Amino acid sequence: MVPVRLLMGAVDAPLRFVQRRLGIGGMATFFLLPNMLIFGIFVLLPFFINFAYSMTGGTALFLPDRSFVGGDQYARLFDCVNYTNPNSCAEDTFWTAVGNTAWFVVLQVTLMILFSLVTALILNRDLMARSFWRAVFFFPVLLSPVVVGLIWKWILQRQGLLNFGLYSLGLEPHTWLNDRNWSFAATVGVSIWAHMGFYTLILLAGLQAIPKDLYEAAEMDGTRPARAFWRITLPLLMPNLLVVIVLVLIRAVQIFDEIYVLTGGGPGTSTLYITQYIYETGFATQLRNPGLAAAASILMGAVLVVLTLVQLGLGRKGEKKGARK
Amino acid sequence: MKKTGKMLAALAVGLLTSTAAMAGDVRIMWYSDGVEGEVLKDLLDRFMKENPGINVILDNVSYSVVKEQLPVQLEAGNGPDIARVTNLKAQSQHWLDLRPLVADAAYWDENFGGQADWMRPDGSNQISGFMTQITIAGGFANKTLFDQAGVAIPGKDATWDDWAKAAKQVAENQQVPFPMALDRSGHRLSGPNLAYGGNYIGADGKPAPLDDGSKNFLKTFVGWVADGTMSKDVWVSAAGSTYRAAADDFINGQLVYYYSGSWQVPNFSTKIGTNFDWVATGSPCGPSNCTGMTGGAGLVAVKYTENPKEVAKVMDYLASEPIVKEFSERTLFLPAHKGVLAKELDFRTDDPQAKAALNGFVEASKSLSDEARKLPGWLWSDAVYGALVTRVSQAAAGEMTVDEAFTRIDSDIATKVKDSGN
Repeated sequence: MVPVRLLMGAVDAPLRFVQRRLGIGGMATFFLLPNMLIFGIFVLLPFFINFAYSMTGGTALFLPDRSFVGGDQYARLFDCVNYTNPNSCAEDTFWTAVGNTAWFVVLQVTLMILFSLVTALILNRDLMARSFWRAVFFFPVLLSPVVVGLIWKWILQRQGLLNFGLYSLGLEPHTWLNDRNWSFAATVGVSIWAHMGFYTLILLAGLQAIPKDLYEAAEMDGTRPARAFWRITLPLLMPNLLVVIVLVLIRAVQIFDEIYVLTGGGPGTSTLYITQYIYETGFATQLRNPGLAAAASILMGAVLVVLTLVQLGLGRKGEKKGARK
Repeated sequence: MKKTGKMLAALAVGLLTSTAAMAGDVRIMWYSDGVEGEVLKDLLDRFMKENPGINVILDNVSYSVVKEQLPVQLEAGNGPDIARVTNLKAQSQHWLDLRPLVADAAYWDENFGGQADWMRPDGSNQISGFMTQITIAGGFANKTLFDQAGVAIPGKDATWDDWAKAAKQVAENQQVPFPMALDRSGHRLSGPNLAYGGNYIGADGKPAPLDDGSKNFLKTFVGWVADGTMSKDVWVSAAGSTYRAAADDFINGQLVYYYSGSWQVPNFSTKIGTNFDWVATGSPCGPSNCTGMTGGAGLVAVKYTENPKEVAKVMDYLASEPIVKEFSERTLFLPAHKGVLAKELDFRTDDPQAKAALNGFVEASKSLSDEARKLPGWLWSDAVYGALVTRVSQAAAGEMTVDEAFTRIDSDIATKVKDSGN
């Protein structure tokens, strides 16, 4: 107790001094300052530097050595005859990556929400060894994305575990990662496997917060389980679901590491997503183009901002609706 | 208050200097394909015993660190004191001129002069370093599979078509998935491109548009991938210019004919052992010649070093004839040193296949075309290689036609030249 008192005493004097100088209103700013500083240095400053890079050209790495080209990098990215046909664009790989990412987001987000919700509903029931099953679903979240990519590569490659299993059963093996459709499906499936546990956990917490007496009352009124799900579970789970949707959406747009290890963006460019395009343009090629990579990342950031604002809008609308009821 | 300020200043200076290089320290960034890291460490330990005032620190890193992180460090004016690098020409502005620092510049010119241009800015006579190994691209055949199939291994002047036909016959007979494979690398594609009469270098020294020679081989190559003659796995397994080798397929006996290079010899000797017999075949012939590509890794001094005299001493030691000879014999690498090459090398391996293969590559180095010898010292090689890999793999994956790939290769290279401001 004494050390705590001592500590409080030590903090008290300087805080009183600050409060005298800033006033009570200024204390909020004072307490937020460290966080704002961290945000400014590690988020805002890099954003402005990145934006500055996107306005420059050449292969030099450092900003002062680069020439100002205005919006040329953006113009190059948007130089397209038909946006739905990447081959008609100057930066065809950028638009291929955009198209692939869009498909990936639609499929992965839908399936991730669906599987996480179903898994959370199952794990919320009185199952035998419930804690064990919860751990099983959460375990992949603890793995590094590189490990996830390597594990699934060992399973899916030509001489991998899956083909070994098929061969043992007398079935024809398949080159999963060389097939455009299977390879794309693999990236969706692997990313769901790797991250589903985390979202399941959020939804499970939401489910456990729903009062049991609501279900008991519904049961007494003769409500069928499906109706209880649509009328009680889903509306009360909506705040958690919205959080999950936003997190899954952002993560899906940014997908890179496990997919880079698993498919490298292949076969061809069928699993080349936008973050890999940015990485390869900015870092991986010998004659790198940091300006073009920065422009592409600014565009990706803009898409993420729009998606987040839409979610925030939907969330506020939901809250107002709830308050009116 | 004054005292506190002084103490803080002293602390700051102490912190700053603690991260700087100590006098006498020489840091080497090194990557390994095989055992060369261990051999180098042994050689450096001996050097440090003889030169107690110089502390050499060997940082073993992966090749991707040298390829992707070292350029960033160099651009920032940092980096190691010495580095083992393959992209020598494009980064030559960062190398230290050792000419005024080495004990005998004439010795360096005499023995390493043949490749000095590969690692110095155009028009200079700088001594930047030396090649730790010369590599020659070439093929390897699984002799056991050929023997079991009763198919004769194509001879010295066999063409790419001859090899494709024979390898396909063996693969079908032996139920092996891959008749042929060629590493996913622009450097590897360039050997046959040149053998088909291709030339990348325009009259102005800048990249020329793809010519008929290169186009003819690339069309054939994409056709081979489509009909299964050439392993599709290697070429469609990634996007962009990512490197992929087919060495594991060859080691596992899944591949009849593998076009890679001399650096695979120690790898095969160690991993294949007595599992099957294999031979190095040199490069198949095209309509123009039978060239492969040359290249290799160089050890260069970095100009941002704080200990240039010590760096020069280490470089002098590592470039000395007995050390180059020992390094090459123990690592099974082909040396670049003229004096060492003139004498007989006793590669330290009990594997007669490895010895025969190395001698085969020494022989193959004599049939390199002039264009092949020029490319390692040409500023735009990597721009061409990157575009070739990216677009040919897209054509191989069926995403675009070969003609569309040719158009993209030309425009990609032109854009790179424009971006670089040259």
